[in-house]
This record gives sequence, structure tokens and C-alpha cells, in this order.
Amino acid sequence: MILEIISTLFTKFPLVGAFGAVALIMLVSYWFANLIGQKRMGSAIAIVVALLLAFIAGKVTGGSKGIADITYFSGFALLGGAMFRDFAIISTAFGAKLENLKKAGLPGAVALLVGVAFSFIVGSVIAYVMGYHDPVDVATIGAGTVTFIVGPVTGTALGASSEVIALSIAAGVVKSVLTMIITPFIAKAIKLDNPTTAMVYGGLIGTTSGVAGGLAATDPKLVPYGAMTATFYTGLGSLLCPSVGYMFIKLFL
Amino acid sequence: MEIYGLGIVAFCMYVGSFIGYFIGEALGISGNVGGVGFAMLILILLSNYVEEKKGGWSEKTQNGIYLLSALYIPIVIAMAGIQNVVAAFTGGAIAFVAGAVATIGSMFLVPLIGKLGSKEFEK
Repeated sequence: MILEIISTLFTKFPLVGAFGAVALIMLVSYWFANLIGQKRMGSAIAIVVALLLAFIAGKVTGGSKGIADITYFSGFALLGGAMFRDFAIISTAFGAKLENLKKAGLPGAVALLVGVAFSFIVGSVIAYVMGYHDPVDVATIGAGTVTFIVGPVTGTALGASSEVIALSIAAGVVKSVLTMIITPFIAKAIKLDNPTTAMVYGGLIGTTSGVAGGLAATDPKLVPYGAMTATFYTGLGSLLCPSVGYMFIKLFL
Repeated sequence: MEIYGLGIVAFCMYVGSFIGYFIGEALGISGNVGGVGFAMLILILLSNYVEEKKGGWSEKTQNGIYLLSALYIPIVIAMAGIQNVVAAFTGGAIAFVAGAVATIGSMFLVPLIGKLGSKEFEK
């Protein structure tokens, strides 16, 4: 009976349960960060813990939504979903300085174009080297390397097979997950410590979730600047990859 | 009141996303093109304007906005928890190599393009 009541609590208040669970993950992660003397790593550790839980949950349930596929933790889908994420990202712009944005305008725009082109070319070349020679397949995998949304958008537009589309999504997810993990470690080496480089970083990497997670773990003050450019990246990619990108690849294949 | 702060951000999100979806439709790629970016821009312009005219929003209104920003990191952690990590690691070598090379390569382009910007910042 007691167990039934507890089970009812988790299924009746999913969002509240998610708040509680995230608080617990953060409590443990920040405690661990303090223990190893790296106070600033707290949020990075919490993100890695959450990814690890998502991996375990994915293995156990066979689903695609990580922890949210476990009935008791379905609230994660709402708390970590696009709606709340974007609502909170927008609020971080409060306090950002207009002058800093103006200064980073040009490098930010350049970073967007270079970022989409670079990821698309890298993904396409690797697809070709690893055995995909059909221009539609190559362009779809290249587009997936841009972000896991651009991949299926391009693949659907060009009529790629569902196997290739799945592969393109996987490439984008790898990018997103790796960005969250690597960024705090590499931040110093790439001078990611001011609004301009944060905007350039957002424009080059582009995956909104990866950039958001990576910057939050590095320095929360930089989040609005990186998120600002990253949010244009998927749109630009969806525009360029199925059109100019595909034509470019057809020139070679 | 605190709810005004939440309302201001909600307003920015709706206007920004309206522009984003409108551009998406106009370009023929259904989706929200830069809607969040526009919303952030609107919030920055709006808050700078109010700051200049009336010395900024009341402390309680600001607290509403700060509540949302404070929730940002927990939300990102929840977001990490709903990623398809299994797919990322079992999508085959090609997905992993392509994703990894593009990510690491892009990161090392950051300082190069960053040089285009000025070094002075308002703190």
C-alpha cells in the first residue's frame, strides 16, 4: 500500500518530481566538485551525470528520450524540453550589454557561415571516406553533422533512406553531447572567456543544447551571448544544406 | 510584481518566435529560424530602453526574470537527461567520427574568428 502511494506521487506530479530529481543530481554533483577542489566544475559534473543516467535509461527502456522514458521521471521531458529551455535562455539576455553585442556582430555572423560550412564539409568528407558515395546520402550525413535537426530536414527534402537519416541524427547527437562534455575543459585553450568568443563559439558549434550546456558549465555569464548566435545556426543550416550544400556535393560526385 | 518579469520574458518569446516562424515560412523551411535569438534581442532592447527612460524595472519585476535565469542550469541538466545518448554512442563509427571531428575542429576555429572582434568590453 505504501509503495502504491509513493508510485502515485511520482505519476501524479511528474514536473515536481523532475525538479526534485534535478536538485538531487545537482546536490551530489556540487558536493563531489567541492570534494575534488573544483567548485566551478559542479554544473559540468551534473550534466555528465544526467547524460550517464540518460544512457542507462536508454539501455533499460530502449526508448529515445533518456530518463523521460521511465514513467516515474516523465517530468524530465517537460522540464528539459524545448519550451522551458528557450524560455530560460531568453531570460538570460536580461543584463547583457548592447555594446558587447554590437562589437561581436561581425565575428558572430562570420562564425555562423563558417560553422555551418565547416561541419557540413567535414561530415560529407567523412561520409564519403567511410563508404557512402551517393550525393543524397553524403549531403544528409553532412547536414546531420551540422545539427541533429538539419540532418533529417535535409534527408527528407532530398529523399534519403531512413537508415541514412538515423545516421545523420546520430552524428548530430554526438556533436551535441561531446560539446557539453568537452567545452569546460577546452575553454581556456580556445580563449572562451569573453562575450565575443562566446558568440563566435555559439556560431561555430551551433547545436543549441550543446552550446547551452557547455557554456553553463564553463561560465554562466557567457550563456546569453553563445545562445544568441547558436539559435540562428539550425535555421541557416536547414536553409543552406538541402540547397547550396547539395548542389556543391553534386559537383564532386 | 514578480509575475510581471515572467510576463515580459513570455512576451519577448512570443514576438521573437512569431518573427522566427514567419521567416521560416517565407524561406519555405517550416520551423523557427532564430526565434530565440530575436526574443533575446527584443529583451535586451526593451530593458535598455526602460533603463534609460525610467531607470529600469522594479526590483520585484527583475526578480521574476532572475528566477527564470536561475532555473536555467537545472533546466539544462534536465535537458541532458533526455538526450538520446544511446543513439549517440551506438550510431556506428561514422556518426561518432563525423560528430567528433566537426565538434573539435569547430572549437579550434573559435580563437581565429574571435580575432575579428574588438578586445574591449563593458563589464
